Amino acid sequence: MTRHMKKFFAAAFILSTVVGAAQNVLQNAQIHGDFQTDFQYYLPDSNIGADTVAEKLRCNGYLNLLFTSGNFSAGVRYENYNNVMLGFDERYKGSGIPYRFASYSHKDLDITIGNYYEQFGSGLLLRIYEERSLGIDNSLDGIRLRYKPYRGIYLKGLIGQQRLYFDKGEGIVRGLDGEINLNEFNTKWASSKLKATFGGSFVSKYQDDLDPFLKLPKNVGGWAARTTLNYGNWMLNSEYAYKVNDPSTVNYFIYKPGEALFTTMSYSKKGFGITLSAKRIDNMNFRSDRTATVNDLTINYLPALTKPHSYTLLAFYPYASQPNGEMAVQGQINYKIKKDTKLGGHYGTDIAINYSRANAIAKDSINDSTGFTQSGTLGYTSDFFAIGDELYFEDFNIEISHKFSKKVKGVFTWAYLTYNSDVIEGHTDGTFYSHIGIADITYKLTPTKSLRMEVQHLMTKQDEKNWANAMIEFTIAPKWFFMAGDSYNYGNPDGDKKLHYFIAGFGYTKNSSRIAVTYGKQREGIVCVGGVCRQVPALYGLLVSITSNF
Amino acid sequence: MKSIFGILAFLAVIAVTAQNNTLPTVDLKKPDGTIVSTDSILNAGKPIIISFWATWCKPCVKELTTFAEVYEEWQEETGVKLYAISIDDARTFPNVASFVNGRDWPFDVFCDPNADFKRAMNVNLVPHTFIIDKDRNIVWQHTSFTEGGELELIELIRRLNNGENISE
Repeated sequence: MTRHMKKFFAAAFILSTVVGAAQNVLQNAQIHGDFQTDFQYYLPDSNIGADTVAEKLRCNGYLNLLFTSGNFSAGVRYENYNNVMLGFDERYKGSGIPYRFASYSHKDLDITIGNYYEQFGSGLLLRIYEERSLGIDNSLDGIRLRYKPYRGIYLKGLIGQQRLYFDKGEGIVRGLDGEINLNEFNTKWASSKLKATFGGSFVSKYQDDLDPFLKLPKNVGGWAARTTLNYGNWMLNSEYAYKVNDPSTVNYFIYKPGEALFTTMSYSKKGFGITLSAKRIDNMNFRSDRTATVNDLTINYLPALTKPHSYTLLAFYPYASQPNGEMAVQGQINYKIKKDTKLGGHYGTDIAINYSRANAIAKDSINDSTGFTQSGTLGYTSDFFAIGDELYFEDFNIEISHKFSKKVKGVFTWAYLTYNSDVIEGHTDGTFYSHIGIADITYKLTPTKSLRMEVQHLMTKQDEKNWANAMIEFTIAPKWFFMAGDSYNYGNPDGDKKLHYFIAGFGYTKNSSRIAVTYGKQREGIVCVGGVCRQVPALYGLLVSITSNF
Repeated sequence: MKSIFGILAFLAVIAVTAQNNTLPTVDLKKPDGTIVSTDSILNAGKPIIISFWATWCKPCVKELTTFAEVYEEWQEETGVKLYAISIDDARTFPNVASFVNGRDWPFDVFCDPNADFKRAMNVNLVPHTFIIDKDRNIVWQHTSFTEGGELELIELIRRLNNGENISE
């Protein structure tokens, strides 16, 4: 037999075995998936700064396929960028299968090989996730085990390398996580009023040191401890993370260890909820490649302690966590004024009040002879409890939702924002102070047809000065929506920059398939239209989004 | 390229022989942090609605507020049970409990901060709503919410209770 023949018979043999086994498997096999494509036709507009795009049309496409049969599952994701849409990293180029996995669970053990996403605790030490609208996918390619050795005990272990566009980062990530839920662990405590969960994790990364000047740590380890306590209507959620010295591009190659603390306390009962959160971050940038920047190869996640806004003008100045150091607090109150009261009206009123503030941490030089954050040194010293003078961000907002009658309801929002653009965007435009007011009224024409109108106003003496926005939306449930809107920078002192950002569009949804078409100009932010929210980059032109799920 | 077509062909073969999709088994969290499996999404032989949402998603909150208003009537008439699955991540997950209690929603809320359930259900955008029949088959799903969308949903539940096939 020739070599080719041998190969052929070997393959045939394997195939027949697989098919034999597959018949069993296939009897309860399921296959499902989802598809998304966004393509945009670009038009240049020198006024708003939209350049000519050589390709004219650019497109992002994704197809997920999942196969499950009993305890076995496998999946792939095909991605296509011909070429990647503006606003995403240009290293998303061409097409391929950057995500594929197989997993098997047997009793209390769950094994995954290939790509996977994972989060330990609140993610201060490890959060591997995909956020497609932001172009983030730091999935690990390797092995992950999840094991429940006993009631209430949850263990996880993982190893792998992270995705970097159509490539992989050179660093290796290793992690262990354990969690114990005392009320499950000991059946005597099952009905206890106090519910307690404790957890801990250890994560380390390995990357070779080829630096000609500095002696860099090849292995960088970190640990975290966390707890969730519930007592009646009270809840406490807290996590602390520590990381050994990890000189990197982001921290200017200083050798100071990093730490982060994130604590949330809340009290809630029927119709009332209050949440208070506090956070401290000090030098906690953690990536599997020390030279990586922007959103590349991040191992951990440092949540911004601010309310995510979705109205156009409110989303103008969003905050992003500062990994090199920040102290932040947030408070939120949700209150429902009861039905059939003077203030609540016939249908009741929902009130949400939110306040958040982020400051620098206090940083001092180590001594007189060492420069502040000088690379190759410890960089600086910082008192754990001291708050820095510089204000990064502040947001006070009130949202009142009220139903006036069977046909009319409204959401009214007012916010006061302070936004330090120097720190958040790295510009030198200073700090912007803005008042934003929004009225969002829905009028039900028939049980399935309604009209919604948004009027927004942003007032500021900085940046581009005042903005006004109006939007009207007509929906026919459950399939159609039509909208038109305009943002107008009427307060701009430069007459040529008093610009309109007009936008019009429609969408059609049939069950889980949806097509949305919009034409116009848009600034960056979260946009919610026709019942769906997503993040979009700045654009001018025609955008078509198609999503489907099967 | 070849490998892509190979995989697609293999999957196409499976698709022909495959059955209805059922609810996957994935670990979720209650808003109080306790781990809970999707196997505990139950309704004693009656239909179930699963709705993916997030605290920051305006249409989602509008959808669930609408459901909250009619939920009692729906339950009396059809016995349907609703599970709202929050995809809030670490940033907003600690707010979910007080958000939900503050609004006094009468249905169960579970959280999916690692998006395991969202991925297993192939959810792209929120809100995304599913109907599950008594045998845990996913028989219907819909993306987005517009005013009045709840009328179609309850009509489908009625038809499902009458033994009709509502899959399309």
